[in-house]
Amino acid sequence: MYSKEHKDYLKKIKLHNLLVKISQIFILVFFLVIWQFLASTERINTFIFSSPFKVFETIISLYQNDDLIHHIWVTVYETLVGFGLGCLIGITIASILWANKFLFKVFDPYLTILNSLPKVALGPIIIIWGGANATSIIIMALLISVIITIISVHQGFTNTDENKIRLMKSLGANKWQIFSKLVFPSNIGTIMSAVKVNISMSLIGVIMGEFLTSKAGIGHLIMYGSQVFNLNLIITGVFILCIVASIMYYGVVLLEKKINSKWD
Amino acid sequence: MSVLKIKDLRKTYHTKKDEILAVDNFSFELNEGEFVAIVGPSGCGKSTILQMICGLDKKSSGEIEVPLNIKIGFMPQGDSLFEWRNVLKNCLLGLELTNNVTKENKEYVLNLLKTYGLKDFIHAHPNNLSGGMRQRVSLIRTLATKPDILLLDEPFSALDYQSRLAVSDDVYKIIKKEKKSAIMVTHDISEAISMANKVIVLSNRPCTIKNIYNIELENKSTPINNRKDKKFAYYYDLIWKDIDYHV
Ligand SMILES: Nc1ncnc2c1ncn2[C@@H]1O[C@H](COP(=O)(O)OP(=O)(O)OP(=O)(O)O)[C@@H](O)[C@H]1O
Ligand SMILES: [Mg+2]
Repeated sequence: MYSKEHKDYLKKIKLHNLLVKISQIFILVFFLVIWQFLASTERINTFIFSSPFKVFETIISLYQNDDLIHHIWVTVYETLVGFGLGCLIGITIASILWANKFLFKVFDPYLTILNSLPKVALGPIIIIWGGANATSIIIMALLISVIITIISVHQGFTNTDENKIRLMKSLGANKWQIFSKLVFPSNIGTIMSAVKVNISMSLIGVIMGEFLTSKAGIGHLIMYGSQVFNLNLIITGVFILCIVASIMYYGVVLLEKKINSKWD
Repeated sequence: MSVLKIKDLRKTYHTKKDEILAVDNFSFELNEGEFVAIVGPSGCGKSTILQMICGLDKKSSGEIEVPLNIKIGFMPQGDSLFEWRNVLKNCLLGLELTNNVTKENKEYVLNLLKTYGLKDFIHAHPNNLSGGMRQRVSLIRTLATKPDILLLDEPFSALDYQSRLAVSDDVYKIIKKEKKSAIMVTHDISEAISMANKVIVLSNRPCTIKNIYNIELENKSTPINNRKDKKFAYYYDLIWKDIDYHV
């Protein structure tokens, strides 16, 4: 049993967190209400600024007439594939560069250049080479996430505690054992934060790709909206994107929590 | 019987900017069951000596002779426990790496853990242990591979003064009970005198042997009690004067 003081303390924290949640919801509701109010009273032009009701209507009509679920699925699918490949390839290359310092030194300047290059610039090239299809979009997403993954994961690997490496060597470990039993597990935290960045990076890549060329996807809806000057469609697209992005992000956060909870 | 013979050991580090002579002219012999402490100013090359003895660092010249049947175990600076493994798995690490996790060996490790007060923590993770417990786990991890000589690099440096005294007592008792020979590096003079039979005092870099003291206390007992011995202060003064602390 806790003391009364401790219970009060817990209550206070709970209250505080509740207040934060309420304020967050309030801001959203307030924003939507003001927006709708301005639109209904015709203080803003709904042709340009749309309105919450119109967004809602557009979602319903997209769902009924244009296979909204398919568009969402295409974007999610491309993002997840790009994300998965980005993590896998990035971590693999980081491991190889950790194991071979010579290779790392050789590739270091190229990685730096590729990292600072805005990958959008490569978009047209990828599409011309790879064709106007989902593969090109996935490559785009992959390119955006893979370089930064390599750099940050490799950084973590090389910062592994020197004393622990010495201990492993003194116990007779070979290089693979040092990697699999020490370097990799001690960097789960670094890897998870790279993974968290990656999911957003991949989505950026996919939307960029869908802007450039696509037959479906949320980016496609937004692009189509801008071509036919349908602001409703654009704003609805952005709104759906917000939801999809946060669901995917929290998915990764949940995964991270699950992995961390295994540790202690 | 001698379990380790070192003759004219020398180590030069080569870096881009400089060539650093870290150890020079270092000779000594470790006898079975002996506890030797090495003290010296910081950065003089103490860790380098231990690392050469257990083969983590190449020597530049000289000889390190270890009889064939003698095994060396190393305990690095700090406790270096793996946070993602529980206590038992940390202790089994060495056996796992050499594919020696047999039933007997596991039994041996479990026994060590039980004997040295870690029975209830076998499945706990290191971050739930006190500093002293962590140090004991670290020692048992090294003992698990059944070495004859233990090399300890500042084993207590991460602990506060109080636990340092208690843990050095524990570690000393374990090493004596398991009948191991040991070389311990420290820069704490009292720790060296209270634990060792022999104290080697090193000079500033390049580190050479300045003096070797055989510690002959009136009533040799555990490290904490040894600190109260009449001759403790005498050795302390001798060694203190030997070490150049003004660097
Ligand atoms: N890998 C290395 N490359 C170059 N110089 C090194 C290397 N390792 C150690 N040195 C140098 O050799 C000298 C001795 O280092 P060492 O770590 O053995 O000292 P130490 O006595 O253990 O010091 P401390 O009390 O700080 O632990 C230091 O001056 C250090 O800078
Ligand atoms: Mg050292």
